[in-house]
Amino acid sequence: MIVAERKTIPELVEILKPHTNILVLGCGTCVTVCLSGGEREVSIISSALRIASRVQGLSFEIDELTIERQCDNIFIEQAAEAIQKADAVLSTACGAGVQAIAERFPLKPVYAGLNTTFIGILEERGIWTEKCAACGACVLHKYGGICPVTRCAKHMLNGPCGGSREDRCEVRHDRPCAWQLIFKRLKDINQLERLKDMEPAKNWNPSLSGGPRVLIREDHRV
Amino acid sequence: MNTENAEPKIVAFCCHYCAYAAADLAGSGRLQYPPNIRIIRSPCTGRLEINFFMKAFEAGADGVLVAGCEEGSCHFKEGNYLAKHRVNTTKQLLQEAGLEPERLRMVNVSAASSQKFAEYVRDMVETIIKLGPARNKKTTAKEPIGAIT
Repeated sequence: MIVAERKTIPELVEILKPHTNILVLGCGTCVTVCLSGGEREVSIISSALRIASRVQGLSFEIDELTIERQCDNIFIEQAAEAIQKADAVLSTACGAGVQAIAERFPLKPVYAGLNTTFIGILEERGIWTEKCAACGACVLHKYGGICPVTRCAKHMLNGPCGGSREDRCEVRHDRPCAWQLIFKRLKDINQLERLKDMEPAKNWNPSLSGGPRVLIREDHRV
Repeated sequence: MNTENAEPKIVAFCCHYCAYAAADLAGSGRLQYPPNIRIIRSPCTGRLEINFFMKAFEAGADGVLVAGCEEGSCHFKEGNYLAKHRVNTTKQLLQEAGLEPERLRMVNVSAASSQKFAEYVRDMVETIIKLGPARNKKTTAKEPIGAIT
């Protein structure tokens, strides 16, 4: 899931200041699951903006709407009327959702209400952790399903850096050393042999270093 | 004392299993406390979401009091702990929006603590009178739906 967190209310007020009729548009997919931009959060952000608007003497008129998915035209259609009515849209979707709305409504100012942070999972209640860097060339099969590209602070591909203390990362003491996890996991599944293979320097071309990525599936095109 | 806010409006979310019963007992016992609170009974303070508190302020409340069970004695085990976290998060949000976080307060009372309940209400009303009316009420163009009157 894509994980995001809310921008602060003063930041949002500053962004929205030139507008009056504002639609706060939520997304019912990833950002709902990570509790940052779903229906409930739209309600909270809208309330906070209304209060801030009155406190600061601004004239925000805020509408709320949450659609199933903002990165999909079929669902965006359901918000078309509300978006047309508004002067501006504050989207609480991930960066992809915000841009999908902006592309679909070229004359409408669309702003991001969240900072999209990473692809991750819910580790425990209230804690999300990054698991995938979307590097474009997955190596998980070599490391027992634990990604050294994402979860090792130094992106080490051929063993630990040597700086870890106990089983903690040298860079972030609150996080486990990815290589400790990889070793344990490979041992548990009897694949320690894999560590004898040398991994060449990673080719970052399939990642964002090669420019914005496009996926073309000829079998789905007409 | 701010005379402009002689009658502050305070919404009190009370847990059915403790604070609501304490308020009831305070009534039966003829205990006096300021009539500024509007009690909303909740099955548990864990049911209360951040947007409940925000909506109350948006609708014109000067303060919100959340009254749950004593820590460790929630009927649903951890509802009051959930509420505590949510109240703290909402305080931060209120501050971001330009309201004083002191306008929102969580207290813990048992069903038998009617005196304590009355005391908490008195203290809350005093705090809100000191703070004055919520600043978001001053420039309201029109009362929102469900405005507290």
